[in-house]
Amino acid sequence: MRTIRLSLKSRRALLGLAFISPWLVGFVFLFATPLLQSIRFSLSNLSVAPGGYVLDFVGFKNFKDALLVDATFNRILVDSVGAMVLNVPMILFFSLFTATLLNQKFRGRTMARAIFFLPVILASSAVAAAESAGLINLMGDASAVDASADGGASFNVVSIVRMLADVGLPMAYVDYIVEAIMRIYEIISSSGVQILIFLAALQSVPGSMYEVAKIEGATAYESFWKITFPMVSPLILTNVIYTIIDSFAGSPVTQAIYQTAFKTQNFGLSSAMSWLYTLVIGLVLIVVGWVLSRRVHYN
Amino acid sequence: MAASGTDRMVVVPKQNYHMHRVRNKTSDLLYSIFRYALVIGISFIILYPLFLKVSVAFKDKQDIYNPTIYMIPQHFTLDNIRLAAQVMDYLPLLANTLLFVTITTLLTAISCALAGYGFARFSFPGSNVLFILVILTILVPTSTLMVPMYLHFRSFDFLGIIQLFSGKNGINLLNTYWPSMITAATAGGLKAGLFIYIFRQFFKGMPKEIEEAALIDGAGGFKTFARIMLPNAISPLITVILFSFVWQYNDTFYSALFMSESPLISLKVASLPAQANQLIPQLMGFGSNSGIKADPNYVAMIVDTGILLAIAPLIILYLFVQRYFVESIERSGVVG
Repeated sequence: MRTIRLSLKSRRALLGLAFISPWLVGFVFLFATPLLQSIRFSLSNLSVAPGGYVLDFVGFKNFKDALLVDATFNRILVDSVGAMVLNVPMILFFSLFTATLLNQKFRGRTMARAIFFLPVILASSAVAAAESAGLINLMGDASAVDASADGGASFNVVSIVRMLADVGLPMAYVDYIVEAIMRIYEIISSSGVQILIFLAALQSVPGSMYEVAKIEGATAYESFWKITFPMVSPLILTNVIYTIIDSFAGSPVTQAIYQTAFKTQNFGLSSAMSWLYTLVIGLVLIVVGWVLSRRVHYN
Repeated sequence: MAASGTDRMVVVPKQNYHMHRVRNKTSDLLYSIFRYALVIGISFIILYPLFLKVSVAFKDKQDIYNPTIYMIPQHFTLDNIRLAAQVMDYLPLLANTLLFVTITTLLTAISCALAGYGFARFSFPGSNVLFILVILTILVPTSTLMVPMYLHFRSFDFLGIIQLFSGKNGINLLNTYWPSMITAATAGGLKAGLFIYIFRQFFKGMPKEIEEAALIDGAGGFKTFARIMLPNAISPLITVILFSFVWQYNDTFYSALFMSESPLISLKVASLPAQANQLIPQLMGFGSNSGIKADPNYVAMIVDTGILLAIAPLIILYLFVQRYFVESIERSGVVG
């Protein structure tokens, strides 16, 4: 049998293609095809027929319906973007702060790390949904008895608001901080992966840089802003993008799209909604990426 | 540490030296107290709901209304766990879920490692464009692909082969494990783009000489990969396997889409409150038509116990691997 002789370079190329071929097959059939199909669906009226479906071209009607006719979609979309704008800075700040904290040497550090990453393991929308039916209903719990007795046992938000306002902070900041405090569990549980990414970045900063800074007389504060921050700044972009995608993944918009498709069987409208949603995310990512990448320090 | 902001460590005069050290020591001490307060506080916020669930799981019914009990139950009982396990059909459910999740995780790890290696070490026409497309799969929200994927698996037909041979319109794969298996095997499952990225970063960082040596010794491309590269890629493998396992275990999106009727823990947990309300009066010995409703607080207790049962395997798994997990992330080059 005669074998075809190939140069080393094209042999390597074929070998590379062989390695990525599972992904390539999946990409073509389970990503690119559905993606193109969903554009077609969004421009048509889809009705499920036995063994397949029938498409009826209707132009941009579905998009108009999603934006102008559907009662809630507009509001949900705007709300999700708004929530994202609030959440991303909080999560980012918290995860950078926590990563710096966990990167220091102190007793019990391994245990602290294990606990801090627990939310990554336990973050589950199913558990969250069931929990809202569980714990909150449990009125017989001792804390609820306390709360109904005098209301003083739980943590008093009003006093914080007053204290911060007395210091002279603008009310907008006060609101923001108070909201962050109120939702601390949510923020902690959605910043696990970001902490990991920042922690990995901090580990890669050479210790000699800090030694030099110390010899030169820099304080911890100065060395954070002059060394740590610039060194992890490329990862800020990564983390912002990850957080944006993550915050959209379980958002009410996704729920609305799912409901439209599988409860009301309006597949065309659902596709149009998901494309509007994709465009909004794309736009947000482009703007954020553009703004941040101009400020990021690469070494 | 920030307290010594203005002194420059040029030459410290002798009489100041002692003062300076004392001040540094106090600020160090204050800082470490502050740090412990923070670490312990945040740990408490994370662990508190978990403690609450454990406490609820062992509490007797009469303890719910006793305001003097904070965490430790007065009447210790295993009834809640037994009842929750009965409502969820726990052991068969767990076995089924673990089998499913393990298989998809292994398929994901293999296909993503192959793809990551292919992108890291080979240049072929369009390799950069294809890698950009990998990033695109991370960015496009899954809900965009939802409807076409659903219809695709409802009448699954690879390149029209089935229609060619049997004349039917493909086979319905919904409510089987195939959709998840197929997407996992083709590196298209949950967050697979991220995993490919992690593997690519790692393999890029490995020295080329190892491969060249293997090549000279006569090993082919796949042999080199399986014998040399993969055994060295323990850190990204642990990261990917753990993340993939956990996300698959917790996933409700794909499982609700493709196999809403399959016995999987994530789906069961989501419907747990409704089911508990319905089943508990029966399990407690009242007839199904007696119209007796269980105490809502008791149902909430069972729901919480059920959640604890659902997340317990993950916590146990995490206890064993958490050290490798954090270490492997630090070394695996999630960082670009």
